[in-house]
Amino acid sequence: MTVMRHTWQVALRYIRALLRQPAWIGISLVQPIIWLLLFGALFKRTADIPGFTGGSYIEFLVPGLVVMLAISTAGWVGMGFIEDINRGTMDRLLVSPIWRGALNLGSVAQSVLSIVVQSLVVIALSLAVGAHIHNGVAGVAVLIGVAGLLGAVFASLSNGVAVLTRQRETLIGIVTMFTLPLTFLSSALMQQSLLPGWIRWVAKFNPVNWAAEAGRSAAGANADWTLIATRGGFLVLLLIASAAFATRAFRTYQRSI
Amino acid sequence: MIEAAELRKTYRGGVRALDGLSFEVAAGRIFGLLGPNGAGKSTAVRILTTLSRADSGEARVAGLDVVRDAEQVRRSIGVVGQKPGLDPDATGRENLSMQAELYGLLGEQRRRVTELLERLGLADASDRLAKTYSGGMQRRLDIALGLVHRPKVLFLDEPTTGLDPEARAELWREIERLAEDHEMTILLTTHYLEEADRLASRLVIVDCGRLVAEGSPDELKRELHGDTVQVELVASSNGDAVAAARRLAGVSQVALEGRMLRARAVDGAATIPSLITALEQDGLSVASATVARPSLDDVYLRYAGRSFEQADTEVDYETKEAAA
Repeated sequence: MTVMRHTWQVALRYIRALLRQPAWIGISLVQPIIWLLLFGALFKRTADIPGFTGGSYIEFLVPGLVVMLAISTAGWVGMGFIEDINRGTMDRLLVSPIWRGALNLGSVAQSVLSIVVQSLVVIALSLAVGAHIHNGVAGVAVLIGVAGLLGAVFASLSNGVAVLTRQRETLIGIVTMFTLPLTFLSSALMQQSLLPGWIRWVAKFNPVNWAAEAGRSAAGANADWTLIATRGGFLVLLLIASAAFATRAFRTYQRSI
Repeated sequence: MIEAAELRKTYRGGVRALDGLSFEVAAGRIFGLLGPNGAGKSTAVRILTTLSRADSGEARVAGLDVVRDAEQVRRSIGVVGQKPGLDPDATGRENLSMQAELYGLLGEQRRRVTELLERLGLADASDRLAKTYSGGMQRRLDIALGLVHRPKVLFLDEPTTGLDPEARAELWREIERLAEDHEMTILLTTHYLEEADRLASRLVIVDCGRLVAEGSPDELKRELHGDTVQVELVASSNGDAVAAARRLAGVSQVALEGRMLRARAVDGAATIPSLITALEQDGLSVASATVARPSLDDVYLRYAGRSFEQADTEVDYETKEAAA
């Protein structure tokens, strides 16, 4: 009860703050549209590569793009923590009897909500331009679900790093350094079988790839539910570890002040 | 209500913030922790409020150990930190409602929030975002946040820093009202001597993480017999002003800081003419001279061996800490 109530209070606080920024809402809705149209146009001819089996590139791209959006949105979540720490809001919360895990999970919940909305925008637009998503609501739900899980992992990591470093520049550097390489070292933008051998090997250990594989399979013609379940399971385990990391980071912070 | 015993803390980078600080606070009064910037006041508050931990030493608040019973301590205390704890992107009411939820005030929460908004004069602004509040209003909202759960002990860490004189005077009245209305113990840290003098019924003076004096403001001032005599010397003057002043009967604790000569005199008014004569005999010209009843500044000078202002500008752990 307390766990849920505190998490909801933290989430509510961040969601409310975001809803009060119309510019932010506009940008985060337009960004997925731009990405979909640009990536779709830029890599359109990918569909002509011998061995490409995904139908049109846009149709292939949608799950990958949803996953990519998830990590790029979630990566910045820690900025809120840095602001809270610099301001004193975090200290006020830390001397209250708040359940410590709620601080990270509430912020993660806000990030996941943004990811769900952005994913729906991408999916709706892709359907409008003629892409096909298989397995109906279940396919869409699994795709958004794994994107949300991956986003929750990255949001937790972002929060943990934010609490430990308390430096905007450091967080910006880390997010920028990891987001694109992790996307490129996965099948998010390119079919797995067409990836160079070493990238295919590295991708096995890349959570972005787990989400891309599971999401694409769920939205594809021949959904592989075993694959979806194992990749989803990996993501859940990783989420538990990263949420624990973000929550423990407060101890280090409190010892340093 | 609060017991601190031999608290020590050294920050990474070697800055020693607390060096064996001990004090006790009795229930139901305003207790002042006075010291210049960097004296260790905020560190002490962070440890007592469970935000941070001491390297060694023990502390109890409301009978509970701040490390072992941290969770219960948090329920018993209200904290108004030096930095604003409010959420600027939420309204006053939203800020307080969240706080009430976190402290588990079920049922009566709406009533309590409205009551606090009215009490602290924020009722009209309750549905405005906190970032649109004036400095004084933000401080009052911070205090309201600290009071939501009717704490037994309220910590006010430099509550009036950064406020204009009018807002400061208003906040002083509010703090005095808090102390009257409630069965609440208030620990107030400040680096304003007049604030400690006005609000605190007892106080400790800390310097460099150690206690240098303890008592009521009046007791502390009484220990200094006589008045403060302050003489400003003309810049071009040469000569040993300290030696000249020390030759006079009834004059003690002579200190020279820049062109300002300060001393303690049994009868300040009677001492001035002879002091001026003594200085001029030694070739020192006097620009101005004043006599004052003892102030906490004098108490500080006596115990810490330097004037409060000087200490305030000399040591600034806050910046060192930020750099570390």
